[in-house]
Amino acid sequence: MNFDLTEERQMLQDTLRRFLSDKYDTAARNAILDSETGLSEDIWNGLAELGIIGALFSEDYGGFGGAGFDIAVVFEELGRAGVVEPMLDTAILGGGLLAALGDDAQKEMVEEVIGGALHLAVAHGEPASRYDLNRVETTAKAAGDSIVLNGRKAVVVNAEAADHLIVSARESGAVGDVDGISLFVVPSDAAGLTMRGYALMAGGRAAEVTLDDVSVPASARLGEAGKALPAIENAVAAANVALAAETMGAMQSATELTKDYLMTRKQFGRPIGTFQALAHRMSDMLIELEQARSAVINAAGHLESDSRIRDMQIASARNLMGRVGRLVAEESIQMHGGIAMTQEYELAHIAKRITMADHRFGDTDYHLERFIALSAA
Amino acid sequence: MDLSYTDEELAFRDEVRAFLDEKLPKEMAAKVAGRGELTREEMEKWHAILNEKGWLAPNWPEEYGGCAWNAVQKHIFEEECAFANAPRIVPFGLSMLAPVLMKFGSQEQRDHYLPRILNGDDWWCQGYSEPGAGSDLASLKTRAVRDGDHYIVNGQKTWTTMGQHADWIFCLVRTDTDVKQQEGISFLLIDMNTPGIEVRPIILLDGTHEVNEVWFTDVKVPVENLVGEENKGWTYAKYLLTHERTNIAGVGNSQAGLDAVKRMARAEIHNGRPLIENPQFAARMAQAEIDLMAMATTNLRIVSKAAVGQAPGVEASMLKVKGTVIRQEINDLARRAAGPYAMPFPSEAVEGDNDPIGPEYAGPVSAAYFNNRKLSIFGGSNEIQRGIIAKVTMGV
Ligand SMILES: Cc1cc2nc3c(=O)[nH]c(=O)nc-3n(C[C@H](O)[C@H](O)[C@H](O)COP(=O)(O)OP(=O)(O)OC[C@H]3O[C@@H](n4cnc5c(N)ncnc54)[C@H](O)[C@@H]3O)c2cc1C
Repeated sequence: MNFDLTEERQMLQDTLRRFLSDKYDTAARNAILDSETGLSEDIWNGLAELGIIGALFSEDYGGFGGAGFDIAVVFEELGRAGVVEPMLDTAILGGGLLAALGDDAQKEMVEEVIGGALHLAVAHGEPASRYDLNRVETTAKAAGDSIVLNGRKAVVVNAEAADHLIVSARESGAVGDVDGISLFVVPSDAAGLTMRGYALMAGGRAAEVTLDDVSVPASARLGEAGKALPAIENAVAAANVALAAETMGAMQSATELTKDYLMTRKQFGRPIGTFQALAHRMSDMLIELEQARSAVINAAGHLESDSRIRDMQIASARNLMGRVGRLVAEESIQMHGGIAMTQEYELAHIAKRITMADHRFGDTDYHLERFIALSAA
Repeated sequence: MDLSYTDEELAFRDEVRAFLDEKLPKEMAAKVAGRGELTREEMEKWHAILNEKGWLAPNWPEEYGGCAWNAVQKHIFEEECAFANAPRIVPFGLSMLAPVLMKFGSQEQRDHYLPRILNGDDWWCQGYSEPGAGSDLASLKTRAVRDGDHYIVNGQKTWTTMGQHADWIFCLVRTDTDVKQQEGISFLLIDMNTPGIEVRPIILLDGTHEVNEVWFTDVKVPVENLVGEENKGWTYAKYLLTHERTNIAGVGNSQAGLDAVKRMARAEIHNGRPLIENPQFAARMAQAEIDLMAMATTNLRIVSKAAVGQAPGVEASMLKVKGTVIRQEINDLARRAAGPYAMPFPSEAVEGDNDPIGPEYAGPVSAAYFNNRKLSIFGGSNEIQRGIIAKVTMGV
């Protein structure tokens, strides 16, 4: 066993950390949060130029990484800096699905993603699906040479900025069936596709997407008809590793900010960190942070394992991150006092990133339930 | 011991319900339920409706216009108001300043300010905290220097809730720098329209504007605006804090919140079943409810003891800690229940003429969760309350 990063990954981490500490301070991010698009093209292009997006894909698709540990290294850093740019959506989910299922033309789009030129969003969740991946009501019906899509997609992150949406729709079977789900690459300006966009609590934007007789050619289908669910599950597995790593990075920032504040803020003539009531809780956060790091390593290291082992590790990481994340976010705010309640303060944003991660691809309880089912199997 | 309401209490509850049903404007209740920000006009309207009924100041003595309710009646009123989504009555004039004026103010001050508080003529805010003086309030630095008939005030207050709406601010100011911190503080009433006062907004993490910085530059305050004696302000401030803790447990609020969580959990579907049947979620909800059932009785036990002349001392600190922890847990449940639809930023979800983004109940939940982190920070943080409990019970 060896817990050191490889030389390449160490370089990746150093480069990304340096870039973000130069370009992504609180003020810069607050400007992005206030902007209409909710993301910075400058930052995005910078990340692409540094090869950060490429690190998320294997050589087969024009990248130079793509393993669980590559994802973890990148997302930990994004999390530390509280980055709101939708790397998860364009690269891990969108790019991941194109790479896994695409024909030659579709696979070429991955290179554009790596170059930073193409934005994607995956429109899978629906108003009634909550976190269940198999619940798809949106329909896809053949009409001559084309396919017609109808339905509604919920909280589609990055939909407005995306050039293409990867839309899931049911070609056969009943709502909730494992079989019958297909994916389609739909240009975001397709006729009949409308969006209601909005800002998100933790930064970035999403939209409710309505598909009203959206017609696409059969060549827009990604992969085999009706067989998309396993690929969706794989992409979500990678997204869960990314999200766990991002949350862990954010927790690291939260604990660092809190530690610094406890040693500088004085009340009653002494640094508040010298009150044992706070010092012990700071210690608990540091203990839990180590646990979080280990859980991320476990999940990242098993992303390529067989699916039961992989899914158990992922469920365990997301459950632990949910519990520990809540502790860290709440305790960091509490020990800061009023200052952490202000929108512009770094910790407030970080705490929101940690907490709201619990609302994507399953919350703490959802992953506990999955873990129970997998570990009993 | 008897845990059931008496016939009179039940009749009172019906009266409160009928009143709320008839008088609480439906749009206002909907806005409160959706955590929309109320305008000053809306708050004034509800204030006036309660005043007209004589139910604005349950905690004031009858001679000043109070209600002569016992603890159970106050509890019933609070609970019903929370269930009906009535706006919170702004506490600064009514529940904080008024008791201080009644006990320590001059006759002129009482005659002038108290009716104006009831009538909603003056809106007050609380100028205690400063950037350097939070938990350690006695270290406050805002200076008031006597100059003939006036004090000249310089300094900065912060976290001033409603400062943007208030006509007046009651402030703790330093009038003597040569003595022990607590012995050089005075309690001043300051007109917010006085030249030299500047109010700067602070936006909270959920995007709301409820607190402000208030800056004082050579602000002239007439000496008759001093409450009680110069340099005795700390005594009054501490007295005020005991009143700040009325309704501190927020039981009604928690009950209404838990009810809302149950409604959400019935509507949300996970794996083909309502979330309320999910073992994980159901267990979380049950635990909060168990805690709350005990809290409701703890609260009534403590508050009714105080009503017959025994001041709640250390028990008030206990209510604050446990009551806020329970409220925050319920906020957490609501956020979980909403699932992915907790993600939208609240102003987009609840404001304007737009339809809600997801289910109506989901719009405000994450904002409420983050905003209510304040409950364990202000009004004496939960750490400070635990310190008080330890000090009183163990002498440490
Ligand atoms: C939304 C909001 C509204 C507010 N409204 C008002 C208002 O209208 N008027 C007003 O005057 N103030 C108001 N406040 C201020 C509030 O009273 C203070 O935030 C509170 O007193 C804590 O002070 P602080 O924020 O400076 O934190 P600090 O006092 O710096 O505390 C930081 C942390 O240290 C802990 N700590 C401090 N001392 C000790 C100790 N001895 N032992 C153990 N732990 C300790 C605290 O509990 C906290 O966790 C408001 C605050 C908020 C957040």
